[in-house]
Amino acid sequence: MSRLRAEGLTLSYDQRVVTENLGVTVPDGSFTVIVGPNACGKSTLLKALARLLGPKAGQVYLDEKAIGSYSSKQVAHRLGMLPQTPIAPNGITVGDLVARGRYAHQSLLRQWSKEDEAVVVEAMEQTSVHELAKRYVGELSGGQRQRVWLAMALAQQTPILLLDEPTTYLDITHQVEVLDLCADLHEQGRTLVAVLHDLNLATRYATHLIAMREGRIVAEGDPGRIVTAEMVEQTFGLKCRVIPDPETGTPLIIPVDRAARRSGVGATLG
Amino acid sequence: MAVTADPPVRTRDRGGRDSLRLTGLLLALVLLGVVVVASLAFGAKFIPFGESWRLWWDNDGSSNAAIIHDLRLPRTMVGLMVGAALGLSGALMQALTLNPLAEPGLLGVNLGAATGVVLAIAFFGITTISGYVWFAFAGAALTSVVVFLLGNTGRSATPDRQILAGIAITTVMGSGIYAILVLRPEVFNKYRFWEVGSLGDVSVSAGWRVAPFVAIGIGLALALGPALNALAMGEETGRALGAHVMRTRLLGMLAVTLLCGGATAVVGPIYFVGLAVPHMTRMFTGPDQRWILLYSMVLAPVLLLLADIIGRVITAPSELQVGIVTAFVGAPVFIVLARRRRLAQL
Amino acid sequence: MSRAQVLSGAVVRNPTGSVSARIDLRAAAVTLVLVLLALAIALHSLASGDFEIPLPDVVRTLLGQETGGAKFIVLDLRLPRTLTALLVGAALGVSGAIFQSLTRNPLGSPDFIGLTIGASTGALLVILVLNGSTNQIALGALLGCAATAVAIYLLAYRRGAQSFRLILVGIGIGAMLDAFNSFLITRARLDEAVGAQVWLIGTLNGRSWDQVRPLLLAVIVLLPLAFWQSRHLNMLSLGDETATALGVPVERTRGLLFACAVALAAVATSAAGPIAFVALAAPQLAIRVTRSAGSGLASSAAMGALLLVASDWVAQRALPSGPVPVGIATGLLGGAYLCWLLVHEWRKGR
Repeated sequence: MSRLRAEGLTLSYDQRVVTENLGVTVPDGSFTVIVGPNACGKSTLLKALARLLGPKAGQVYLDEKAIGSYSSKQVAHRLGMLPQTPIAPNGITVGDLVARGRYAHQSLLRQWSKEDEAVVVEAMEQTSVHELAKRYVGELSGGQRQRVWLAMALAQQTPILLLDEPTTYLDITHQVEVLDLCADLHEQGRTLVAVLHDLNLATRYATHLIAMREGRIVAEGDPGRIVTAEMVEQTFGLKCRVIPDPETGTPLIIPVDRAARRSGVGATLG
Repeated sequence: MAVTADPPVRTRDRGGRDSLRLTGLLLALVLLGVVVVASLAFGAKFIPFGESWRLWWDNDGSSNAAIIHDLRLPRTMVGLMVGAALGLSGALMQALTLNPLAEPGLLGVNLGAATGVVLAIAFFGITTISGYVWFAFAGAALTSVVVFLLGNTGRSATPDRQILAGIAITTVMGSGIYAILVLRPEVFNKYRFWEVGSLGDVSVSAGWRVAPFVAIGIGLALALGPALNALAMGEETGRALGAHVMRTRLLGMLAVTLLCGGATAVVGPIYFVGLAVPHMTRMFTGPDQRWILLYSMVLAPVLLLLADIIGRVITAPSELQVGIVTAFVGAPVFIVLARRRRLAQL
Repeated sequence: MSRAQVLSGAVVRNPTGSVSARIDLRAAAVTLVLVLLALAIALHSLASGDFEIPLPDVVRTLLGQETGGAKFIVLDLRLPRTLTALLVGAALGVSGAIFQSLTRNPLGSPDFIGLTIGASTGALLVILVLNGSTNQIALGALLGCAATAVAIYLLAYRRGAQSFRLILVGIGIGAMLDAFNSFLITRARLDEAVGAQVWLIGTLNGRSWDQVRPLLLAVIVLLPLAFWQSRHLNMLSLGDETATALGVPVERTRGLLFACAVALAAVATSAAGPIAFVALAAPQLAIRVTRSAGSGLASSAAMGALLLVASDWVAQRALPSGPVPVGIATGLLGGAYLCWLLVHEWRKGR
């Protein structure tokens, strides 16, 4: 039993088919991370799970019902999604942007309840952006901006939250900061699904890892169990060693030395 | 092994594509030839192709020879020049602004020429086409200079800004023209016929006067091809590739002014050719500006002369102005192309 | 009313908190000032003209306390014209604001995609071919605009209607209609052609209550509809994906807003002709004076009304040679404003 799963998904942009007959289940209460090489269809899958992309075939199920059978607002009460490069309107303040996360909870006559205010303040405190409330989004640094977007997604108060590469363009400190925040949210009982590029950070934070290549799922499960040198080579085509992370004990992926790799590549090509 | 083998293969491939494009260009030239002869043959009185062709080279003093040499030949030659000028200036404008929707009118050329003509009629009492020419040409040149300056001053000289500047200036000038037209009906009466763009009562002397300018414009445009290719990669990449962005833009706009200004001065504003023809040629040629320029120069007169022939035949014995017919011949093709995706890309 | 902790602007709630509203104080104040300015100019144009009427008398007439000559001049001759200016300006301002917000492009205005050209074709046919009355001209423009909108939509529809394809097809259709309009003008008798040209520039001359009533009715229905949707319009400025994720039914909202904007442009054009630049300039001006991030429908409406009523005042009085159609004044003012804006942005080095 899982609140969010997909069966037999075929996804495409116009004529270009990205995945065919893909099935995926997001375990409840997990911090699921999807990894894979560029253009393997991981972001496309995330968009389909958030009903941003309609499938050619197959179905996404939210709480055992087809996601398309809910109204937009009903979905937005259960499932939130932060796209990879969201657009901030010109000249908007941080507080106003975070407040837009409350859209699904508002109506013409209830434009800003006390609850809205409380939730937004809490979301901004949690992401440490409450002091920026009156600043303009355009003048923030990349790390600050990413936390503002996260605050907006938090203000939506959904039990399931999907994040498309939330650490892009961030330096290592801010990447860890954002992922620590995600781990906190996960510990509070939310189900998180994120697409990440950095394999080592993925194995460190994920409770459930999905590795994709060319539109198919190569491996899936607890990262400590499934991440091996063979699996990484199968997914990314990269020769590497996997050792325990000295900090956390999670798998740490170390690419093998250039010279060794080159002879290796020569060997595979014959 | 693979590395050394690669370049010759690519060159051969490109050679194949180039010969295909060359064949296409020759076909287009043949088509142009056919249209030119047809333009001599059709009209209020139809003169068979063979006779038209013979009379073109052998003026035997017959009444048919008089029709061809006094009426249809000048008209066809001016149409040829105007078409080539409009096609080239449209291709240039789209390459310079990196905007597939741009057309020479956005540089203010048409409105500038119109302003010159309105002033000529209203304040100098000039009412002949050959009399308008210098006013139209001067108006076009002055306006494009102002638009260019407003669009390219400061650090933010982006292609979008160029377009905005064109819109701002043309709106102000358009309002000024309308003010005069509304207050002076007799000026409007002359202007409304100039404004549609027509080859009907074209003046050969006007054609000769602007021909040198158009010739310079054509040479300049064709010479700019390689620089425009570099510019199409975006301003920064273009600069990295060694293109002199500002110089290319300046020379390009100068060519647009000479070409479109000259054409408009002779026959009045014809809008659709400069926008649509470069689009259509891009479907055949791909993004190489040198080929786009050549094809536009050949295909635009085909569209213009074809529209002119249709305009002569369809409501004979009276005539439909070429500016009107052009839109009706070109726009349906344009819409069909717009429904494909490739059009959007420059 | 209470100052919000995190929001810009203020919040009003009833005691139980079941009803609440957000107010952008600066935008509200600016809009109020714009409305007052527009009304002041409107009052002034009601009072002035060939026959001067003192302002107090004008106000008394409007309140229904005056009879006789003043009543006829104010209520029957001048009020229809002034009301038309206010309503058309507001309608064009809102229509332009919706288009610009949906296309995220300051050039996304109804003039650019052939809608007003279609309205002109309808009107010209009535003027030049059918010799119709003012009301019939308005109807012709309305039908022309609606037919053009439908044609553009159908021709651009191919597994969904992308906005860029809509614009391209609109340009193509616009080119043909424009050529057809020129054809009609060249075939007409001079006096008829002059009348048609005046309509093409946009004019408020000779408006009577017969034309104001349908305009008033349409604006009363369409403006609240647009304002009701403006909360959703603001959400769309976050991009389709984020808006969907936050719970906005994107396709339905966009369809409704497009329809509303087309209807407003059609009604305005049929009432006063294709007046240049108001739809383009009013939203841009409004955004700059309110410094608001929203789509600013209310302030755009107020700005449009002010622009048009002021332009009409200028067009009536500015030239020594006599009144000119209002479209000339909006073109001059709007174009000059855009030039100023470009120079200004250059100075700021942006």
